[in-house]
Amino acid sequence: MDILHWFTLPLQHEFMVKAVLVSMVVGVVCAVLSCYMTLKGWALMGDAVSHAVLPGVVIAYILNIPFAIGAFVFGVSSVIAIGYIKEKTRIREDTVIGLVFTGFFALGLVLISKTPSNIDLTHILFGNVLGISDQDIIQTLIISAITFVTIAILRKDLLLFCFDPTHARSIGLNTGMLYYTLLSLLSLTAVAGLQTVGIILVVAMLVTPGATAYLLSDRFDYMMLLAIASGVLSSVLGTYISFYLDAATGGCIVVLQTLFFVAAMIFAPKHGLLVRMRQKQAAA
Amino acid sequence: MTTSESICIEVENVTVAYHNKVALHGANLQLRTGSIYGLVGMNGSGKSTLFKAIMGFVKPVTGRVLIKGLPIHKVQKSSLVAYVPQAEEVDWNFPVSVWDVVMMGRYGYMNVLRIPRLKDKRVVRESLERVQMSEFRDRQIGELSGGQKKRAFLARALAQQATVLLLDEPFTGVDIKTEKTMIDLLLDLKQQGHTILISTHDLASVTTFCDQVILINRTILAYGDTSEVFTEDNLSQTFGGAISDLSLNKSQLARSPKEAL
Repeated sequence: MDILHWFTLPLQHEFMVKAVLVSMVVGVVCAVLSCYMTLKGWALMGDAVSHAVLPGVVIAYILNIPFAIGAFVFGVSSVIAIGYIKEKTRIREDTVIGLVFTGFFALGLVLISKTPSNIDLTHILFGNVLGISDQDIIQTLIISAITFVTIAILRKDLLLFCFDPTHARSIGLNTGMLYYTLLSLLSLTAVAGLQTVGIILVVAMLVTPGATAYLLSDRFDYMMLLAIASGVLSSVLGTYISFYLDAATGGCIVVLQTLFFVAAMIFAPKHGLLVRMRQKQAAA
Repeated sequence: MTTSESICIEVENVTVAYHNKVALHGANLQLRTGSIYGLVGMNGSGKSTLFKAIMGFVKPVTGRVLIKGLPIHKVQKSSLVAYVPQAEEVDWNFPVSVWDVVMMGRYGYMNVLRIPRLKDKRVVRESLERVQMSEFRDRQIGELSGGQKKRAFLARALAQQATVLLLDEPFTGVDIKTEKTMIDLLLDLKQQGHTILISTHDLASVTTFCDQVILINRTILAYGDTSEVFTEDNLSQTFGGAISDLSLNKSQLARSPKEAL
């Protein structure tokens, strides 16, 4: 089977057209945000927030309002809770994060099990891009647009905030606003990612493309482009592979992303293991 | 000498506390325009708290800080105060070039999208020239030597065109050549009417180029002309020990208790 055929054949199904489209958009948006997550060192925070949105999603479902609103409220409150507990007790931050997000997540599970509805837990946990509804597509597109425009405007301010918050503050940037902006985008994007790979794996979408690109470039602009490239490629290819293998879509996407990362780790032109080994040999 | 115009920074009875622990108590300072102040004290003596108060990052329990007669929150938007961080505070693997870092000094002057105009580019170029870093402008910051790293951040402060410069331990891990370049530059900036505050452990550097000195230990112990204030008595008060111990055992100084942190 030739390659073109491999790509076009599944597109005869309407659900595959939708799935590929959504994967592509989510791949781009998560990749863009992942650059900031990687540089800010927020992987754990990303994991926490993406899990903590669960009760918000369920409550939004019950109230029949967009998931994004519920996710936003609970994502941000989980971080406020983390900050509050850290400040008021002697418990270390990583412990507090672990404690808060599992608490939120568990609350979500209880709510789902007690909600008389056809809300499907596995779809939320593991994603269901092959069966995505039109309503969810629209929601994903809106979230993506908001995230994309916000980052397009605040791109440099957010970068400075990640790099040197003290300087950012000293020249009059509102670092509190930037902190909560990044956090809100994280909560929103978690909902978008939820559609494709599910709540459990969404942190991979928010970390891996950025980490891969970070190994490949020393300039932020290139890093962003490389992250987008690897994010889109893995999302779209992963969707196709899951179609052909009849395997879990989220799993396929994230496995691909991880493979990309491993490849970058070994073969990266400047920071790769091979180059480092050769440099060591040359030095010896 | 102390006409009101020549006073750049006024710290009036400033007390700062974190979690009900007092880090700085009743600090009073009047810092003159066109002077270099060496801020001398142990770890945890309140040096960084004083810096934070001057940058408006902490809200004093009592008192206030005025810069050019204006309260801090009015000053912040105008990029008047520049901070040059310690090397350990910076993530040197961050994917930015020297040029990018210096350009960050200009953000306060740009529009929302932070698109540099011709003037911004010119100022950045000039700032790099002044610290002799033009040839390294496209280097990723991790690829610089210790001294070059310092100069890159000093260039950012220059690009910011601030009148108050706060430098945190600027001479640790710096080669002699860079130290000389930086001192020449700081003296130059002083001539042009900048107020420069340098926090340091290095007592030798204070006497060589700081015309003023501030001794701090949870409060301002003394400040003024280096020749008058930099005495054995005052120093032993600052470091809580005899000055002879001090000069002999500088390494012990670095290990002194970090009470206020």
